[in-house]
Amino acid sequence: MSFEQAFTLDVPSTTQNLALIRDFVNRISAQAGFDADEMAKLELAVDEACANVIEHAYENEQGKQVMVRASFDGEVLRITVVDTGKGFDPSGVHQADLKELAEKRRTGGLGMRLIQSLMDEVHYEIGPGNKNELQMVKRLRKPGA
Amino acid sequence: MANPFSVSRSTQENLTILALDGFLDAHTAPEFENAIQRELDGGHIQLIVDCSKLTYISSAGLGVFMGFIEELRERGGDIKICALSPKVHQVFEILGFPALYDILDDVPATVQRFSDSPVKQV
Repeated sequence: MSFEQAFTLDVPSTTQNLALIRDFVNRISAQAGFDADEMAKLELAVDEACANVIEHAYENEQGKQVMVRASFDGEVLRITVVDTGKGFDPSGVHQADLKELAEKRRTGGLGMRLIQSLMDEVHYEIGPGNKNELQMVKRLRKPGA
Repeated sequence: MANPFSVSRSTQENLTILALDGFLDAHTAPEFENAIQRELDGGHIQLIVDCSKLTYISSAGLGVFMGFIEELRERGGDIKICALSPKVHQVFEILGFPALYDILDDVPATVQRFSDSPVKQV
C-alpha cells in the first residue's frame, strides 16, 4: 500500500526567511528517513532555489511570497519551489568554471550548479508573472542498496 | 533570538584571522563581505578564515570568497580557509574550491601555509 504525505510552507520572500525554510526541509527529510548527508544536500538545494527566487525571480521586491511544497511517498521526496516572479531559464545560466568566475569577479551561477549536483532530478516550468515551479527530487536510498 | 552569524577578528603577526560563527547564507553573507572589505580597506591582505564554528554555507557565502580572491592575490595577499566541518567541506568540494583555495585543518597549519606559500598558485 502506498501513501503520500504533503507539506506546504508559504512565507514572505525575504532572505531572512531562508533559515526558516531550511528548518522546514530538515524536519521533513528527517521524518522521511534520509541520513544526515542527504539531509544536508536537501537543505542546501532548497535554500539555493529559494534564494534564486528572492533575488532573481522577484529581484528582492517587497511583498512577494515563496511557497515550498514537499511530498513524500515512502521512496521519493519531491520538493517544489513556487513563485509568481519573472522566471528564468536555469539552463541558460552560463556554466563558467570556478577560475573564470573568480577572474571575472562574478558570483552568479553557483546556486543552480549546486542544485543540479545535490538532487537526483531537477525540473523547471516557467510561467513568467504567473507561476514558476522548480521541482527537485531525491530518492531514499535503502540500507544495503 | 540568538545572532545567526557573526565574524570575530584577531591578528597574528601580519595575518588577520576572521572566525565565522553560525550560518552563512544569502541573508548573512553581506556581513561577511563587509568584514573582508574592512580588511582590504585597512591594507590587510593576508586573511585566514577560521570556519570551526561555521555550521552552514550556501553559494552566497562561497560567492563572498569568490568576490575578493582575485584582488587579494593581485595585491600579493590571499584568503586561506581552515577547520571546515564535513558538511561545509562537502559544499566546497562540489564546487571545486580546493583547486582555487588552500583549505587546511586548523589555524596553526594555515599560518604555516602562509609562511610557505603566501599566495596559492593556481
